[in-house]
Amino acid sequence: MNAFLAMWDAEARLGGRPVLDGADLLVEPGELVALVGPNGAGKSSLIRAFAGLLPLTGGVARLSGDDVSIVSPRARAERAAYLPQERRIAWNLPAVEVAALGAPFLAPDEALQRARRALDEVEAGHLVDRGVAEMSGGERARVLLARALATEAQALLVDEPIAGLDPEAQLMVLERLRARARAGQAVLVSLHDLPLAARFADRVAVMHQGRVVADASPLQALTPDVMEQVFGLNARWVEGPDGPLLSAGRRHSAPD
Amino acid sequence: MTRGPGQLTILLSVAIVVAAALAVLFGESAFDAAQLGQAFTDASSGPAEVLWAVRAPRAATALMVGAALGLSGAVMQGLLRNPLADPGVLGVSAVAAFGAAVAIVLGWAALPGAVETAALLGAGMAGGLLVLFSARVRSPEALILFGVAVSSFAGAATALIFNLSPSPIALAEVMSWLLGSVQNRSWVDVAWVAPAVLASAVLAAFAAPGLRMLSLGEETARTSGLPMARLRLLALLAAALGTGAAVAVAGVIGFVGLAAPHLVRTAVRGDPARLLLPSALAGGLMLVVADLLARMTPTDQELKLGVFTALVGAPLFALIAWRAAREWRL
Repeated sequence: MNAFLAMWDAEARLGGRPVLDGADLLVEPGELVALVGPNGAGKSSLIRAFAGLLPLTGGVARLSGDDVSIVSPRARAERAAYLPQERRIAWNLPAVEVAALGAPFLAPDEALQRARRALDEVEAGHLVDRGVAEMSGGERARVLLARALATEAQALLVDEPIAGLDPEAQLMVLERLRARARAGQAVLVSLHDLPLAARFADRVAVMHQGRVVADASPLQALTPDVMEQVFGLNARWVEGPDGPLLSAGRRHSAPD
Repeated sequence: MTRGPGQLTILLSVAIVVAAALAVLFGESAFDAAQLGQAFTDASSGPAEVLWAVRAPRAATALMVGAALGLSGAVMQGLLRNPLADPGVLGVSAVAAFGAAVAIVLGWAALPGAVETAALLGAGMAGGLLVLFSARVRSPEALILFGVAVSSFAGAATALIFNLSPSPIALAEVMSWLLGSVQNRSWVDVAWVAPAVLASAVLAAFAAPGLRMLSLGEETARTSGLPMARLRLLALLAAALGTGAAVAVAGVIGFVGLAAPHLVRTAVRGDPARLLLPSALAGGLMLVVADLLARMTPTDQELKLGVFTALVGAPLFALIAWRAAREWRL
């Protein structure tokens, strides 16, 4: 029972529609768990529930043994950092100051130091003084990831961190998250890219209609049955030089 | 490298001293050197009366009102993450003016502080509405439209007062509120508005870390560990108090809250927290200068300050909207 992130039978609604419908998930420290599933399966909702942003109507979500809803904002931030998919930053702040927002309780100098380290970690050291409005989407994504890493929270809750990034940046982000997991953090990351999920995650949790329907090592979770029922794909995994590759086609593809 | 916030603060402070000196020395009645000398040596002389009992409190009121509006604008822009947020554009001033108009028409003007309190309540109400709306709807464009609706409704309600009020004297008084002016303001007005502006500044200073965190958006801010609910409330109170105090003492003066943060934002590299003090100073400076210019403009009837700032400010609003729209990819 030492799972850092723990959710049992979680239920939640958004605008009257159920978005979590009996979801269970455990993430241990030192583990990278990829949350996959089609659009609308409840991945973001599950992550937001752990971040304390989506109140549950049933079940429990716990951070380090305590119910998310009763942990103080500060303790919650120390336990889990949340990186949303949305990458809008309202003002043209320099990268280092955005990253320093990950450490709002440190003295300004220490926060800036930590921010610089985090920017180096995501290979954005050269962006330190550049305003975020003068950056590409990929550069801004790195800066925001650095902000989440600068929290040094015990868990990372990361929603679609590689969406819209170039292939090199996608690999870099997942490498960094895996390195953080190896260093002892509990990392939960939602992904659409199944081969990358299979390659980087210790476990893959497959979501479908608000529920985790498979939760195992990547290839045990993403079985042909699951691929067909959840994603509507005729798929099989083949061994590639850098990890498993997915060979897939639509189950109901239109005739040519 | 842009100028640092510290240098900017010093620069603005010096400019304020210079502008205030000009505002005291120059006016409709032109004094020669001897008369000016008299104003500094003989407190009971005519020139002394004009300089220290008419022009000086007027300039001080303009400074306080401008600072309150500049600060409120900066706070609202940070709170709503929107460079077009301004107490005037979003209807806070209009609702405050409506509050004041109700108090005047009901004959409460004789009660000390009643009109001012009504203006403050109006500002608080409008601020609360805006925060409620912005918590539910994220689009910055929608917020501006909502502010326009609030502003129009308050305008209509004030027009209704004009429509139904039996007393022409009360109406004239309401009208002068709506046009906005610091004419004939005394040291009593300064003494009333200064503590409110100071309190607004203190609240804003406490809220500053929250404003900075909100740069990353609502959800990230809520998971940052900062007590966002409390900080938002402090920011809202600061903006409402600043705007309410400004409207209470000078009526509706538009666009200072929009323009002041805009002028100093680059120098603080966008940081909504470090923006606060320079915005207040820039707002104060702008209004002292605007009032001087309005006074010196040769017209039969003195140009009302609110009219003057709106004439200059509205095109600026259009310019900022143009730039912001490109950023939002409308």
